[in-house]
Amino acid sequence: MSVVEQLQDPIVKKGLFQVTAAFIFAGIVMSLSYWRGLALEKELTRAFLRGFVQVLAMGALIGVLFSLAFGWSIVVLLGMTLAAAWISKDRGKALPNVFQLSWSSIVVGAGLAIVTMVVAGAIEPTIQNLLPVGGLIIANAMKTNSLTLDRFQNELENHRSQIEALLALGIPPRTAISQYMTNSIRAALIPTVDSLKSLGLVHIPGMMSGMILAGANPIYAAEYQFVILSILFACGGLTSMTSTFLMGEYAFTEAQQLKTFEAETA
Amino acid sequence: MTPKLEAKSLSYQVSEKTIINNVSFHVTQGEILAIAGPSGSGKSSLLRLLNRLNEPTAGTVYLDDQDYRQLSPQQLRQRIGYIAQTPALQPGTVLENVTIGPRLRGETVTEETAQQLLTRLHLTDYDNYNVSYLSGGEQQRVAIARTLFNQPEVVLLDEPTASLDHHTQQELETFLQELINSSQITCILVTHDETQAKRLAQRMIRLKNGAMVALEELKPVVS
Repeated sequence: MSVVEQLQDPIVKKGLFQVTAAFIFAGIVMSLSYWRGLALEKELTRAFLRGFVQVLAMGALIGVLFSLAFGWSIVVLLGMTLAAAWISKDRGKALPNVFQLSWSSIVVGAGLAIVTMVVAGAIEPTIQNLLPVGGLIIANAMKTNSLTLDRFQNELENHRSQIEALLALGIPPRTAISQYMTNSIRAALIPTVDSLKSLGLVHIPGMMSGMILAGANPIYAAEYQFVILSILFACGGLTSMTSTFLMGEYAFTEAQQLKTFEAETA
Repeated sequence: MTPKLEAKSLSYQVSEKTIINNVSFHVTQGEILAIAGPSGSGKSSLLRLLNRLNEPTAGTVYLDDQDYRQLSPQQLRQRIGYIAQTPALQPGTVLENVTIGPRLRGETVTEETAQQLLTRLHLTDYDNYNVSYLSGGEQQRVAIARTLFNQPEVVLLDEPTASLDHHTQQELETFLQELINSSQITCILVTHDETQAKRLAQRMIRLKNGAMVALEELKPVVS
Protein backbone atom coordinates (compact mmCIF):
# COMPACT_ATOMS: atom_id res chain seq x y z
CA MET A 1 0.00 0.00 0.00
CA SER A 2 1.41 3.42 -0.97
CA VAL A 3 1.67 6.29 1.55
CA VAL A 4 -1.27 8.09 -0.17
CA GLU A 5 -3.41 4.95 0.02
CA GLN A 6 -2.47 4.52 3.67
CA LEU A 7 -3.59 8.11 4.42
CA GLN A 8 -6.97 7.53 2.73
CA ASP A 9 -7.71 4.43 4.78
CA PRO A 10 -10.73 5.10 7.14
CA ILE A 11 -8.78 3.56 10.02
CA VAL A 12 -6.36 6.52 9.80
CA LYS A 13 -9.27 8.91 10.52
CA LYS A 14 -10.22 6.78 13.53
CA GLY A 15 -6.58 6.87 14.59
CA LEU A 16 -6.58 10.67 14.39
CA PHE A 17 -9.52 10.78 16.81
CA GLN A 18 -7.56 8.57 19.21
CA VAL A 19 -4.50 10.80 18.80
CA THR A 20 -6.65 13.85 19.65
CA ALA A 21 -7.92 12.13 22.80
CA ALA A 22 -4.35 11.23 23.79
CA PHE A 23 -3.20 14.83 23.15
CA ILE A 24 -6.03 16.21 25.29
CA PHE A 25 -5.08 13.90 28.14
CA ALA A 26 -1.40 14.85 27.80
CA GLY A 27 -2.47 18.52 27.58
CA ILE A 28 -4.19 18.21 30.98
CA VAL A 29 -0.94 16.89 32.47
CA MET A 30 1.00 19.75 30.89
CA SER A 31 -1.49 22.26 32.34
CA LEU A 32 -0.98 20.67 35.74
CA SER A 33 2.78 20.92 35.19
CA TYR A 34 2.39 24.63 34.40
CA TRP A 35 0.14 25.12 37.46
CA ARG A 36 2.67 23.34 39.71
CA GLY A 37 5.51 25.41 38.22
CA LEU A 38 7.41 22.32 37.01
CA ALA A 39 8.57 24.19 33.90
CA LEU A 40 8.28 21.03 31.80
CA GLU A 41 5.68 22.27 29.29
CA LYS A 42 8.14 23.42 26.65
CA GLU A 43 10.12 20.19 26.66
CA LEU A 44 6.99 18.01 26.88
CA THR A 45 5.24 19.80 24.00
CA ARG A 46 8.31 19.53 21.83
CA ALA A 47 8.74 15.85 22.76
CA PHE A 48 5.08 15.04 21.99
CA LEU A 49 4.97 16.79 18.62
CA ARG A 50 8.33 15.46 17.61
CA GLY A 51 7.45 11.92 18.68
CA PHE A 52 4.15 12.04 16.78
CA VAL A 53 5.71 13.28 13.54
CA GLN A 54 8.62 10.83 13.79
CA VAL A 55 6.45 7.79 14.47
CA LEU A 56 4.08 8.74 11.62
CA ALA A 57 7.04 9.08 9.26
CA MET A 58 8.40 5.72 10.41
CA GLY A 59 4.94 4.16 10.02
CA ALA A 60 4.78 5.40 6.45
CA LEU A 61 8.37 4.38 5.65
CA ILE A 62 8.61 1.04 7.40
CA GLY A 63 7.18 -0.83 4.45
CA VAL A 64 9.87 0.66 2.21
CA LEU A 65 12.59 -0.11 4.78
CA PHE A 66 11.44 -3.72 5.10
CA SER A 67 11.86 -4.15 1.35
CA LEU A 68 15.56 -3.11 1.43
CA ALA A 69 18.50 -5.49 1.28
CA PHE A 70 19.87 -6.88 4.59
CA GLY A 71 23.01 -4.69 4.49
CA TRP A 72 20.83 -1.61 4.88
CA SER A 73 19.67 -2.76 8.32
CA ILE A 74 23.19 -2.03 9.66
CA VAL A 75 23.12 1.45 8.11
CA VAL A 76 19.67 2.17 9.56
CA LEU A 77 20.60 0.82 13.00
CA LEU A 78 23.76 2.95 13.02
CA GLY A 79 21.62 5.95 12.04
CA MET A 80 19.34 5.13 14.98
CA THR A 81 22.32 5.07 17.38
CA LEU A 82 23.41 8.51 16.12
CA ALA A 83 19.91 9.93 16.61
CA ALA A 84 19.70 8.31 20.06
CA ALA A 85 23.06 9.81 21.09
CA TRP A 86 21.99 13.24 19.79
CA ILE A 87 18.80 13.12 21.89
CA SER A 88 20.52 11.67 24.97
CA LYS A 89 23.37 14.20 25.03
CA ASP A 90 20.99 16.92 26.23
CA ARG A 91 20.78 15.17 29.62
CA GLY A 92 24.43 15.85 30.24
CA LYS A 93 24.90 19.15 28.40
CA ALA A 94 27.53 20.36 30.82
CA LEU A 95 29.70 17.27 30.48
CA PRO A 96 32.60 17.37 28.04
CA ASN A 97 32.45 15.24 24.85
CA VAL A 98 28.92 14.21 25.76
CA PHE A 99 27.79 13.30 22.21
CA GLN A 100 30.79 11.03 21.52
CA LEU A 101 30.42 9.52 24.99
CA SER A 102 26.70 8.85 24.49
CA TRP A 103 27.19 7.37 21.04
CA SER A 104 30.01 5.07 22.19
CA SER A 105 27.97 3.89 25.18
CA ILE A 106 24.83 3.24 23.12
CA VAL A 107 26.81 1.42 20.41
CA VAL A 108 28.56 -0.78 23.00
CA GLY A 109 25.38 -1.56 24.97
CA ALA A 110 22.90 -1.93 22.13
CA GLY A 111 25.42 -3.35 19.63
CA LEU A 112 26.49 -6.21 21.89
CA ALA A 113 22.86 -6.91 22.82
CA ILE A 114 21.78 -7.12 19.16
CA VAL A 115 24.75 -9.32 18.20
CA THR A 116 24.04 -11.62 21.19
CA MET A 117 20.39 -11.97 20.14
CA VAL A 118 21.31 -12.76 16.55
CA VAL A 119 23.96 -15.30 17.62
CA ALA A 120 21.53 -16.90 20.10
CA GLY A 121 18.92 -17.13 17.36
CA ALA A 122 16.51 -14.85 19.24
CA ILE A 123 16.28 -12.55 16.22
CA GLU A 124 16.44 -13.74 12.66
CA PRO A 125 19.08 -11.78 10.76
CA THR A 126 16.55 -10.17 8.43
CA ILE A 127 15.80 -6.49 8.11
CA GLN A 128 12.15 -7.13 9.13
CA ASN A 129 13.33 -8.53 12.49
CA LEU A 130 16.44 -6.47 13.06
CA LEU A 131 14.83 -3.04 12.72
CA PRO A 132 11.96 -3.31 15.24
CA VAL A 133 13.89 -5.29 17.86
CA GLY A 134 17.10 -3.34 17.24
CA GLY A 135 15.15 -0.09 17.58
CA LEU A 136 13.68 -1.28 20.87
CA ILE A 137 17.14 -2.14 22.19
CA ILE A 138 18.70 1.14 21.01
CA ALA A 139 15.82 3.12 22.57
CA ASN A 140 16.43 1.30 25.84
CA ALA A 141 20.17 2.05 25.66
CA MET A 142 19.35 5.72 25.00
CA LYS A 143 16.99 5.88 27.98
CA THR A 144 19.56 4.30 30.28
CA ASN A 145 22.30 6.59 28.97
CA SER A 146 20.11 9.67 29.54
CA LEU A 147 19.32 8.62 33.10
CA THR A 148 23.01 7.90 33.74
CA LEU A 149 24.13 11.27 32.35
CA ASP A 150 21.50 13.19 34.30
CA ARG A 151 22.32 11.47 37.59
CA PHE A 152 26.10 11.48 37.16
CA GLN A 153 26.24 15.17 36.29
CA ASN A 154 24.23 15.97 39.43
CA GLU A 155 26.35 13.64 41.56
CA LEU A 156 29.57 15.32 40.40
CA GLU A 157 28.26 18.82 41.04
CA ASN A 158 26.60 18.03 44.38
CA HIS A 159 29.62 16.14 45.71
CA ARG A 160 32.37 18.29 44.24
CA SER A 161 33.84 19.13 47.65
CA GLN A 162 33.89 15.46 48.73
CA ILE A 163 35.52 14.40 45.45
CA GLU A 164 38.14 17.15 45.73
CA ALA A 165 38.78 16.20 49.37
CA LEU A 166 39.68 12.69 48.17
CA LEU A 167 41.79 14.00 45.28
CA ALA A 168 43.61 16.21 47.80
CA LEU A 169 44.60 13.06 49.69
CA GLY A 170 46.25 11.62 46.57
CA ILE A 171 43.38 9.28 45.72
CA PRO A 172 43.16 8.42 41.98
CA PRO A 173 40.25 10.23 40.24
CA ARG A 174 38.44 7.04 39.28
CA THR A 175 38.48 5.85 42.90
CA ALA A 176 37.36 9.27 44.10
CA ILE A 177 34.22 9.10 41.95
CA SER A 178 33.54 5.35 42.08
CA GLN A 179 30.74 5.75 44.62
CA TYR A 180 29.00 8.31 42.40
CA MET A 181 29.44 6.10 39.35
CA THR A 182 27.77 3.25 41.24
CA ASN A 183 24.89 5.51 42.33
CA SER A 184 24.36 6.64 38.73
CA ILE A 185 24.36 3.10 37.31
CA ARG A 186 21.94 1.90 39.99
CA ALA A 187 19.56 4.81 39.41
CA ALA A 188 19.65 4.36 35.62
CA LEU A 189 18.79 0.66 35.90
CA ILE A 190 15.81 1.11 38.24
CA PRO A 191 13.16 1.16 35.44
CA THR A 192 14.58 -1.98 33.78
CA VAL A 193 15.00 -3.87 37.07
CA ASP A 194 11.46 -2.94 38.13
CA SER A 195 10.13 -4.11 34.75
CA LEU A 196 11.83 -7.47 35.30
CA LYS A 197 10.47 -7.70 38.86
CA SER A 198 6.91 -6.95 37.78
CA LEU A 199 7.01 -9.11 34.67
CA GLY A 200 3.81 -11.15 34.47
CA LEU A 201 2.37 -9.53 37.60
CA VAL A 202 1.95 -5.91 36.57
CA HIS A 203 3.82 -5.74 33.31
CA ILE A 204 2.23 -7.79 30.52
CA PRO A 205 4.46 -6.82 27.65
CA GLY A 206 3.08 -5.81 24.27
CA MET A 207 5.46 -8.01 22.32
CA MET A 208 4.31 -11.15 24.16
CA SER A 209 0.65 -10.18 23.81
CA GLY A 210 1.14 -9.52 20.10
CA MET A 211 2.81 -12.89 19.56
CA ILE A 212 -0.03 -14.71 21.38
CA LEU A 213 -2.69 -12.83 19.38
CA ALA A 214 -0.80 -13.73 16.19
CA GLY A 215 -1.11 -17.42 17.13
CA ALA A 216 2.27 -18.19 18.70
CA ASN A 217 2.59 -20.73 21.52
CA PRO A 218 1.93 -18.64 24.69
CA ILE A 219 4.76 -20.35 26.63
CA TYR A 220 7.21 -19.61 23.81
CA ALA A 221 5.88 -16.03 23.66
CA ALA A 222 6.57 -15.69 27.41
CA GLU A 223 10.06 -17.20 27.04
CA TYR A 224 10.81 -14.83 24.17
CA GLN A 225 9.58 -11.84 26.16
CA PHE A 226 11.84 -12.84 29.05
CA VAL A 227 14.77 -13.04 26.64
CA ILE A 228 13.96 -9.54 25.38
CA LEU A 229 13.75 -8.06 28.88
CA SER A 230 16.93 -9.81 30.02
CA ILE A 231 18.72 -8.49 26.94
CA LEU A 232 17.33 -5.01 27.65
CA PHE A 233 18.67 -5.25 31.21
CA ALA A 234 22.11 -6.36 30.00
CA CYS A 235 22.08 -3.67 27.32
CA GLY A 236 21.13 -0.99 29.91
CA GLY A 237 23.83 -2.19 32.32
CA LEU A 238 26.51 -2.17 29.61
CA THR A 239 25.44 1.24 28.33
CA SER A 240 25.40 2.76 31.80
CA MET A 241 28.76 1.25 32.77
CA THR A 242 30.38 2.40 29.53
CA SER A 243 28.87 5.83 29.95
CA THR A 244 30.14 6.31 33.53
CA PHE A 245 33.52 4.84 32.59
CA LEU A 246 33.96 7.37 29.78
CA MET A 247 32.63 10.22 31.90
CA GLY A 248 35.23 9.30 34.50
CA GLU A 249 37.84 9.87 31.77
CA TYR A 250 36.43 13.16 30.52
CA ALA A 251 35.52 14.71 33.90
CA PHE A 252 39.17 15.25 34.92
CA THR A 253 42.06 17.16 33.44
CA GLU A 254 45.44 15.56 32.78
CA ALA A 255 46.57 16.86 36.16
CA GLN A 256 43.65 15.01 37.78
CA GLN A 257 41.64 18.13 38.53
CA LEU A 258 37.85 17.87 38.48
CA LYS A 259 36.60 20.03 35.62
CA THR A 260 33.99 22.73 36.21
CA PHE A 261 30.60 22.11 34.63
CA GLU A 262 28.46 24.99 35.93
CA ALA A 263 29.28 27.41 33.11
CA GLU A 264 27.77 25.17 30.46
CA THR A 265 24.81 24.18 32.66
CA ALA A 266 23.67 27.78 33.14
CA MET B 1 67.73 27.44 54.72
CA THR B 2 66.51 25.56 51.61
CA PRO B 3 62.84 26.18 50.95
CA LYS B 4 60.57 23.20 51.49
CA LEU B 5 58.01 24.69 49.16
CA GLU B 6 58.43 27.64 46.86
CA ALA B 7 55.81 29.38 44.71
CA LYS B 8 57.31 31.22 41.74
CA SER B 9 55.30 33.86 39.89
CA LEU B 10 52.02 32.01 40.38
CA SER B 11 49.06 33.38 38.46
CA TYR B 12 45.57 32.03 38.00
CA GLN B 13 42.91 33.38 35.67
CA VAL B 14 39.35 32.21 35.09
CA SER B 15 37.50 33.59 32.06
CA GLU B 16 39.95 36.50 31.84
CA LYS B 17 39.37 37.36 35.51
CA THR B 18 42.62 37.37 37.47
CA ILE B 19 42.26 35.44 40.72
CA ILE B 20 45.96 35.18 41.62
CA ASN B 21 48.42 37.66 40.19
CA ASN B 22 52.13 36.85 40.06
CA VAL B 23 52.56 35.60 43.63
CA SER B 24 55.98 34.35 44.80
CA PHE B 25 56.97 33.17 48.27
CA HIS B 26 58.67 30.27 49.99
CA VAL B 27 58.26 28.33 53.20
CA THR B 28 60.98 26.39 54.99
CA GLN B 29 60.70 23.04 56.76
CA GLY B 30 58.99 23.30 60.14
CA GLU B 31 57.77 26.81 59.46
CA ILE B 32 54.21 28.09 59.69
CA LEU B 33 53.53 30.70 57.03
CA ALA B 34 50.26 32.58 57.36
CA ILE B 35 48.34 34.00 54.42
CA ALA B 36 46.07 36.84 55.39
CA GLY B 37 43.83 39.15 53.45
CA PRO B 38 40.23 40.27 53.09
CA SER B 39 37.47 38.02 51.69
CA GLY B 40 37.88 37.47 47.97
CA SER B 41 41.59 38.34 48.02
CA GLY B 42 42.47 34.88 46.65
CA LYS B 43 43.71 33.12 49.82
CA SER B 44 41.78 29.88 49.26
CA SER B 45 42.48 29.93 45.52
CA LEU B 46 46.21 30.17 46.27
CA LEU B 47 46.03 27.06 48.49
CA ARG B 48 44.20 25.15 45.75
CA LEU B 49 47.03 26.02 43.34
CA LEU B 50 49.60 24.73 45.82
CA ASN B 51 47.76 21.37 46.05
CA ARG B 52 47.29 21.51 42.26
CA LEU B 53 43.51 21.16 42.56
CA ASN B 54 43.53 24.07 40.11
CA GLU B 55 46.14 24.62 37.44
CA PRO B 56 48.18 27.85 37.53
CA THR B 57 47.89 29.81 34.28
CA ALA B 58 51.48 31.00 34.82
CA GLY B 59 54.30 30.19 37.21
CA THR B 60 54.84 27.00 39.16
CA VAL B 61 55.56 25.53 42.58
CA TYR B 62 58.73 23.76 43.71
CA LEU B 63 58.63 21.08 46.38
CA ASP B 64 62.15 20.29 47.66
CA ASP B 65 63.50 22.11 44.59
CA GLN B 66 61.50 19.93 42.19
CA ASP B 67 58.91 21.46 39.91
CA TYR B 68 55.62 20.01 41.14
CA ARG B 69 54.50 19.34 37.57
CA GLN B 70 57.20 16.68 37.39
CA LEU B 71 55.50 14.75 40.20
CA SER B 72 52.38 12.70 39.61
CA PRO B 73 49.36 14.56 41.02
CA GLN B 74 48.78 11.66 43.43
CA GLN B 75 52.35 11.75 44.78
CA LEU B 76 52.22 15.52 45.06
CA ARG B 77 48.91 15.57 46.93
CA GLN B 78 50.10 12.89 49.31
CA ARG B 79 53.10 15.07 50.14
CA ILE B 80 51.17 18.35 50.26
CA GLY B 81 48.01 17.83 52.32
CA TYR B 82 45.13 20.26 51.93
CA ILE B 83 42.42 20.89 54.50
CA ALA B 84 39.59 22.88 52.98
CA GLN B 85 37.39 25.32 54.83
CA THR B 86 34.46 22.87 54.71
CA PRO B 87 35.29 19.38 56.02
CA ALA B 88 33.60 17.49 53.09
CA LEU B 89 33.64 14.16 54.88
CA GLN B 90 32.47 10.92 53.29
CA PRO B 91 29.38 9.14 54.67
CA GLY B 92 30.51 6.67 57.34
CA THR B 93 32.27 6.60 60.67
CA VAL B 94 35.00 8.86 62.02
CA LEU B 95 37.56 6.05 61.76
CA GLU B 96 36.59 5.27 58.17
CA ASN B 97 37.06 8.93 57.29
CA VAL B 98 40.38 9.32 59.07
CA THR B 99 41.87 6.24 57.40
CA ILE B 100 40.33 6.82 53.96
CA GLY B 101 43.51 8.02 52.22
CA PRO B 102 45.72 4.96 52.71
CA ARG B 103 42.67 2.64 52.63
CA LEU B 104 41.57 3.76 49.15
CA ARG B 105 45.15 3.47 47.93
CA GLY B 106 45.12 -0.15 49.11
CA GLU B 107 47.73 0.42 51.83
CA THR B 108 47.71 -1.25 55.23
CA VAL B 109 45.97 0.87 57.84
CA THR B 110 46.97 0.89 61.51
CA GLU B 111 43.85 1.75 63.45
CA GLU B 112 45.88 2.39 66.59
CA THR B 113 47.70 5.29 64.91
CA ALA B 114 44.36 6.73 63.82
CA GLN B 115 43.02 6.43 67.37
CA GLN B 116 46.12 8.17 68.78
CA LEU B 117 45.58 10.99 66.31
CA LEU B 118 41.92 11.24 67.30
CA THR B 119 42.94 11.44 70.96
CA ARG B 120 45.34 14.29 70.18
CA LEU B 121 42.48 16.09 68.45
CA HIS B 122 40.17 15.53 71.44
CA LEU B 123 38.08 12.97 69.59
CA THR B 124 38.78 9.98 71.85
CA ASP B 125 36.11 7.26 71.57
CA TYR B 126 34.61 8.96 68.52
CA ASP B 127 36.01 6.36 66.12
CA ASN B 128 32.71 4.55 65.52
CA TYR B 129 30.52 7.67 65.47
CA ASN B 130 28.74 8.44 62.22
CA VAL B 131 30.22 11.72 60.95
CA SER B 132 26.78 13.09 60.02
CA TYR B 133 25.98 13.39 63.75
CA LEU B 134 29.09 15.44 64.59
CA SER B 135 29.13 19.19 65.12
CA GLY B 136 30.83 21.45 62.57
CA GLY B 137 33.88 21.80 64.81
CA GLU B 138 34.15 18.04 65.34
CA GLN B 139 33.83 17.42 61.61
CA GLN B 140 36.60 19.93 60.98
CA ARG B 141 38.87 18.09 63.42
CA VAL B 142 38.08 14.79 61.65
CA ALA B 143 39.07 16.45 58.36
CA ILE B 144 42.36 17.55 59.94
CA ALA B 145 42.96 14.02 61.27
CA ARG B 146 42.18 12.60 57.81
CA THR B 147 44.87 14.75 56.20
CA LEU B 148 47.45 14.16 58.95
CA PHE B 149 46.87 10.38 58.82
CA ASN B 150 48.01 10.61 55.20
CA GLN B 151 51.43 11.73 56.55
CA PRO B 152 51.99 14.83 54.43
CA GLU B 153 55.23 16.81 54.48
CA VAL B 154 53.42 20.11 54.02
CA VAL B 155 49.94 20.93 55.30
CA LEU B 156 47.76 23.62 53.73
CA LEU B 157 45.11 24.78 56.18
CA ASP B 158 42.24 26.94 54.98
CA GLU B 159 40.69 28.78 57.94
CA PRO B 160 40.90 25.65 60.14
CA THR B 161 39.36 27.28 63.20
CA ALA B 162 36.59 29.23 61.46
CA SER B 163 33.84 26.89 62.67
CA LEU B 164 35.26 26.27 66.16
CA ASP B 165 34.37 27.84 69.50
CA HIS B 166 37.05 29.80 71.33
CA HIS B 167 38.09 26.92 73.62
CA THR B 168 38.38 24.36 70.79
CA GLN B 169 40.18 26.94 68.66
CA GLN B 170 42.83 27.34 71.38
CA GLU B 171 43.17 23.56 71.71
CA LEU B 172 43.60 23.18 67.97
CA GLU B 173 46.22 25.92 67.87
CA THR B 174 48.16 24.19 70.66
CA PHE B 175 47.86 20.89 68.77
CA LEU B 176 49.18 22.46 65.57
CA GLN B 177 52.14 23.98 67.37
CA GLU B 178 52.96 20.67 69.09
CA LEU B 179 52.63 18.81 65.81
CA ILE B 180 54.97 21.17 64.01
CA ASN B 181 57.50 21.15 66.84
CA SER B 182 57.48 17.35 67.10
CA SER B 183 57.37 16.37 63.42
CA GLN B 184 58.90 19.39 61.67
CA ILE B 185 55.92 19.44 59.35
CA THR B 186 55.63 22.56 57.20
CA CYS B 187 52.42 24.49 57.33
CA ILE B 188 50.70 27.19 55.28
CA LEU B 189 47.78 28.65 57.14
CA VAL B 190 45.09 30.79 55.56
CA THR B 191 43.39 32.95 58.14
CA HIS B 192 41.38 36.14 58.29
CA ASP B 193 42.37 36.49 61.96
CA GLU B 194 45.69 38.34 62.10
CA THR B 195 46.06 37.76 65.85
CA GLN B 196 45.91 34.02 65.16
CA ALA B 197 48.53 34.44 62.43
CA LYS B 198 50.76 36.27 64.91
CA ARG B 199 50.26 33.58 67.58
CA LEU B 200 51.10 30.70 65.24
CA ALA B 201 53.14 31.81 62.26
CA GLN B 202 56.75 32.86 61.77
CA ARG B 203 55.93 34.93 58.70
CA MET B 204 52.79 36.28 57.13
CA ILE B 205 52.00 37.32 53.59
CA ARG B 206 49.14 39.66 52.80
CA LEU B 207 47.04 39.27 49.68
CA LYS B 208 44.88 41.92 48.08
CA ASN B 209 42.96 41.38 44.85
CA GLY B 210 45.01 38.24 44.20
CA ALA B 211 48.38 39.99 44.50
CA MET B 212 50.88 39.76 47.34
CA VAL B 213 51.13 43.20 48.92
CA ALA B 214 53.30 42.49 51.97
CA LEU B 215 55.53 39.92 53.63
CA GLU B 216 55.97 40.33 57.38
CA GLU B 217 58.44 38.59 59.71
CA LEU B 218 56.56 37.68 62.90
CA LYS B 219 58.99 35.47 64.84
CA PRO B 220 62.00 33.28 64.10
CA VAL B 221 61.61 29.75 62.75
CA VAL B 222 62.28 27.11 65.43
CA SER B 223 64.67 24.54 63.98
